[in-house]
Amino acid sequence: MNAYAPILVLGGLGAGFAIFSVVMASLTGPKRYNRAKLDAYECGIEPTPQPAGGGRFPIKYYLTAMLFIVFDIEIVFLYPWAVTFDALGLFGLVEMLLFVLTVFVAYAYVWRRGGLEWD
Amino acid sequence: MISLAVDDLSYFGRDPWWLVVVKAVFCFAFAMLTVLFSIVWERKVVAWMQLRIGPNRHGPWGMLQSLADGIKLMLKEDVVVKGADKFVYVLAPVVAAIPAFMSFAVVPFGPADNEISVFGHRTPMQLTDLPVGVLYILATASVGIYGIVLAGWSSGSTYPLLGGLRSTAQMISYEIAMGISFAAVFLYSHSMSTSQIVATQQHTWYVLLLPVSFLVYMVAMVGETNRAPFDLPEAEGELVGGFNTEYSSIKFAMFMLAEYVNMVTVSAVATTLFLGGWRAPWPISTFWAGANHGWWPLLWFTVKIQLLLFVFIWLRGTLPRMRYDQFMKLGWKVLIPVSMVWLMLVASVRALRNENYDFQRVLLYVGGGVLAVLLISLAADVFRDRAAKKAEGAGQAGQEGPGDRFDPMAGGFPVPPKPGQTLPPVPRRRSRAPEAAEHQLVGKDGDDA
Repeated sequence: MNAYAPILVLGGLGAGFAIFSVVMASLTGPKRYNRAKLDAYECGIEPTPQPAGGGRFPIKYYLTAMLFIVFDIEIVFLYPWAVTFDALGLFGLVEMLLFVLTVFVAYAYVWRRGGLEWD
Repeated sequence: MISLAVDDLSYFGRDPWWLVVVKAVFCFAFAMLTVLFSIVWERKVVAWMQLRIGPNRHGPWGMLQSLADGIKLMLKEDVVVKGADKFVYVLAPVVAAIPAFMSFAVVPFGPADNEISVFGHRTPMQLTDLPVGVLYILATASVGIYGIVLAGWSSGSTYPLLGGLRSTAQMISYEIAMGISFAAVFLYSHSMSTSQIVATQQHTWYVLLLPVSFLVYMVAMVGETNRAPFDLPEAEGELVGGFNTEYSSIKFAMFMLAEYVNMVTVSAVATTLFLGGWRAPWPISTFWAGANHGWWPLLWFTVKIQLLLFVFIWLRGTLPRMRYDQFMKLGWKVLIPVSMVWLMLVASVRALRNENYDFQRVLLYVGGGVLAVLLISLAADVFRDRAAKKAEGAGQAGQEGPGDRFDPMAGGFPVPPKPGQTLPPVPRRRSRAPEAAEHQLVGKDGDDA
């Protein structure tokens, strides 16, 4: 068998287990209707109405996601470089040092401008 | 130039289909049993740490407790809340659980060279291996985040939404440090395949060669699995239950299962990448040649995973939960720069060594450079502290500026005083005279109460 096929077998096993459990639980459990039970939980008070379109989030989450992409792409470059490092020799080291330095200029800028402060 | 190392994965992808199924069932059962055991074990250990007894009713020594919990959850009502997006709400626990199991496909339980035989068929003790094994583990772990995010979003409720958002930010922040710490391992192993990484640790485990990477990974893996002290997405004190607040019955159990399977997975990855994988620990391997052959590696692997799981429990029993801003600060301002600088140090030393430079002198230069940077940063800190103190002193001497006055409704929300600000005197109820109005705590126009 292909080396990738066993992954699908294991994934199928996991999916079968998860779907079976979720379906079974809806059959085995009791069902007693209660209007208050179906309300969103908010410590017993009337739930806050959900704003249309999902409402607004703190900008911090977007900022974190953008920074994550920058560094994740850096990591994508790091992996093949690390695997073939010995073959690349000093040339590879210098190139990667320059690249990391470039990314760290941006990092230092974000740090100074307070992009990494949560409050 | 040194030729590129080609991964020897010729042992994989040759099993007949029935053997693949047997091994997949084994991986699934291994994950499941480890989870069932570690839930009870965690409750036991935390109980002992708090001088309690812990679960002891179900089965010998309380060992069937988690099975009983599972059956109980199965028989509970499956509530779908009114405001939920039904399809995504039901899908989310399934999405969380599947990738958790899938990562086990590339975890090596034993040697890759057809050592064991199952029903007369010799096979490697690993379901399969890929040239990009570790990348695959990272990818499945990232898909697991979707389960949590979708659960938070689809519940149509405030607390789960906040929990889901927090969890995303937390996991992606710590994934960076985790990824960089892996790169240092690839420098030494020349490969991303898990069996190859274990094979290259024959003489020295990477935890000894790369201690900083290991430490960064240990911190990042606790952050990745949402475990105490980094369990902010489900902080009971702030968010009730976080992303799983609106879930009940087996759907809730699926999230718990996914969390624990993820714990087992990250422990398995730590074992594979840093702790020699299935290899016997040092004193045993010196006097017993058979320790790394046959079925024995499974034992060493299990023992190492259990030790790491104990560390998780230990942390939970010892440390209080972190504040969210401290947590993000640790991730972005400490772990990322430390792991990046460490990776570049390792790479530099290795490159210079490959070029046959004198290792001692290289070490001296690099060590000197690091020391110089540390000294400079220390000096900078001292000067900044002094400047800050001076500014503070000046501020105190010249009375507080207009910005220092405490506004209890800054930005339209009730807020506590910042450091350096003092609360205004509590307005006592005096006579019902008309001037009572000026004693009001809330002074929006900034008049002195």
